[in-house]
Amino acid sequence: MKLDVQGRALAVLNRLAQADWPDRLKLRKPFEKLIFRGSRASFRLAASRAAKGSRSPRPLDPDALFDLSLSDEQQMLVEMLDSFAAEVLRPAAHDADAAAAMPAALLAQAQELGLTFYGVSEQHGGMAGARTTLTNALIAEALAKGDLSLAAALLVPLSAANCMRRWASAEQQARWLPAFVGEQAAPLTAIAVSEPTVMFDPLRLTTRAKRKAGHYLLTGEKCLVLRGLEASQLIVAAQTKQGPALFLLDANSAGIERRAEPAMGLKATGTARLVLNKVKVPAENRLAAEHFNYQSFLDHAALAWCALAVGTAQAALDYVIPYCNERLAFGEPISHRQGVAFMVADLAIEVDAMRLMVWRACARAEQGLPFQREAYLARLLCGEKAMQIGTDAVQLLGGHGFTKEHPVERWYRDLRGVAIMAGGLQL
Amino acid sequence: MNLETPKKFRGLVTQAHQVAAHYFRPISRKYDKAEHAYPQELDLLAALLDGMNAGSPDAIGATSASKRGAALELAPGNKNGGNLSALLGVMELCWGDVGLLLAMPRQGLGNAAIAAVANDEQLQRFAGSWSAMAITEPGCGSDSAAIRTTAIKDGDHYVLNGEKIFVTSGERADSVVVWATLDKALGRAAIKSFVVEQGTPGMSIARLEKKLGIKASDTAAISFVDCRVPAANLLGNPEIDVQKGFAGVMETFDNTRPLVAGMAIGVAKAALDRTRELLKKHCKLDYAKPLFSVTHAEATLYRLEAEWEAARLLTMKAAWMADNKLPNSKEASIAKAKAGRLANQMTLKCVELAGALGYGEDELLEKWARDSKILDIFEGTQQIQLLIVARRLLGKSSSELK
Repeated sequence: MKLDVQGRALAVLNRLAQADWPDRLKLRKPFEKLIFRGSRASFRLAASRAAKGSRSPRPLDPDALFDLSLSDEQQMLVEMLDSFAAEVLRPAAHDADAAAAMPAALLAQAQELGLTFYGVSEQHGGMAGARTTLTNALIAEALAKGDLSLAAALLVPLSAANCMRRWASAEQQARWLPAFVGEQAAPLTAIAVSEPTVMFDPLRLTTRAKRKAGHYLLTGEKCLVLRGLEASQLIVAAQTKQGPALFLLDANSAGIERRAEPAMGLKATGTARLVLNKVKVPAENRLAAEHFNYQSFLDHAALAWCALAVGTAQAALDYVIPYCNERLAFGEPISHRQGVAFMVADLAIEVDAMRLMVWRACARAEQGLPFQREAYLARLLCGEKAMQIGTDAVQLLGGHGFTKEHPVERWYRDLRGVAIMAGGLQL
Repeated sequence: MNLETPKKFRGLVTQAHQVAAHYFRPISRKYDKAEHAYPQELDLLAALLDGMNAGSPDAIGATSASKRGAALELAPGNKNGGNLSALLGVMELCWGDVGLLLAMPRQGLGNAAIAAVANDEQLQRFAGSWSAMAITEPGCGSDSAAIRTTAIKDGDHYVLNGEKIFVTSGERADSVVVWATLDKALGRAAIKSFVVEQGTPGMSIARLEKKLGIKASDTAAISFVDCRVPAANLLGNPEIDVQKGFAGVMETFDNTRPLVAGMAIGVAKAALDRTRELLKKHCKLDYAKPLFSVTHAEATLYRLEAEWEAARLLTMKAAWMADNKLPNSKEASIAKAKAGRLANQMTLKCVELAGALGYGEDELLEKWARDSKILDIFEGTQQIQLLIVARRLLGKSSSELK
């Protein structure tokens, strides 16, 4: 069933209208502007499509110029999420890290933001249009400026929606996706790919899915699953006779054991270990998009982690600049020393390098161009530079950086995850 | 958002690549061996380029980066113009040979400076001539505000006294754009540039340097003793404007730094391509395996490629900003810093990967590893670029962050 475009925007607006926190945080205006612009854009798109009578994705413009600018809608979305990250996520980050859990209030606020609308296509009541990959990357980047771990946790529902929109069949999408744009929060769906081995290669899964009549039996072990304990559904990557595949499971199915798996960082995401022992999954729950491509699934996941790394690296840069200007040593700001200033300059250079690599891969993905190489190189660069930036940020703050008085030690722990995490999220 | 090379420049890129592969490469080693010999093959090519540039708004070469095209100003919205096209051309040509590109007649920095700051009369007068750029002095390198060469007004002439070094094509060019101060006491604002034509009495070539690399490109030391230059050859405003005097001179660099970054990207790509070719039986690059489960050589190639792409995109960004009239001083320095060090590290790493083969003169890898070093030095060293970037980020003046 197709919701009316304006009705869709009104539904989001209505949720926000009932919440009081946007007023408290002076975010009401940006939200309203965004919803207005978003609905207007969708309306224009819907109108132009109706006129053409076609639902095919926008074809690649062969004469496209090199263009680094964001669309008005993307610009607006980034501004809004920047405020959300600064006003809501950053203040909550320290305690969420210590408690290794998301505060309930934050979960409610995030639900009101309606981010999952960006993961669901218009057909099923969402806002995901032709240029979704980059928009999703911008969402991740903006949220991660507040806190990497909270941003990753908030992206879990959007990632599940993206995963279903991209890799499920039309029939499965119609069955699963409308829940993501409903009044109530959709069943929390965590994505499980990583396995607890050294030299883990997501292309060589040890988790097996054996076909038995009308269902599959899944056996194996998955680690560092974001929000794995709270999730009521799981998307699990497992090896089949035809290669790696994705399955949607009820998280409470018989044969699944779950336990908390705390790690160096990403604490607020509540990382969990899953043990699957002959878990019975109906065959129709194997994600069955016509163009199912496991490598592309992995690439979209890698880019999500890269986008988070860009946002957090930017946050680290923005944090060390005033610190180095205010911190005095030998009678002047430490930023007057080249040894300090050059580290800051290098930080800025590599943040921008990371960002351009990620944006290019996303822009190629949404234009339908091959992007496996670009995603691979982006992940390589982001993995290495993000950790360098994390460690330099702590170094610049010296002993203070080593304490929990400042967020840099948390980012240091979180950024170590970028090169390690496989799957889990999806742009 | 689209970060691909636009179709409208693909012809230009292909042409430049053909020149690099079939014109530069075959004479690359010859002029690396014959330092100070003029690569006469370039005359024909330069004439060809002039012809192409005259007929096309998207020209390759030094002058197009700062072209003050009226057509570009008209249409609103995203623009891809002279800065991007010049950059793409330079990247390809330097995949061929950096030294030969630097030695190209009429493509020097002097021409870029004239294109950027000359008035209409000067543009016309110096059209078609080849101009070198003389900034550095024995006692002042990166610190161009400390220039000691003086220019004293005398009637309708300026009298120049001083010594310039590291002047690319200083002996071969028709003229040299010389930076000199009208008044040492007034600092940066008093620095002006003058077009001094070859053969002007009082100007003499002191020597030609012997260098580590880019040997095809000559580097001259020039001395000026009571050298009288017509006042009409002063580029830009003759007044000393303490507010923005130096900024005008520095504007040239915002447009040329991305080009030097482009040179670095070109030579780095040459080394990467050749190394991959040499190692192809030993390295399989599928962009899928985790980095820790590939061989060290494969991981190194991936890493170099990622750094190279990053440098390339940063440079494209700086040029795109210039095309769209966005202030890009920081981004130009970011591009130059990243590309300069990348090219040097990458060409050296490629020699290492290719082992004895890479170190020997049968391959060009060792040459590229020598050529690349200068790209992290001229047009502002790595350290100067970092200073510029850091000052912008931290909001510091040059007297606070020295």
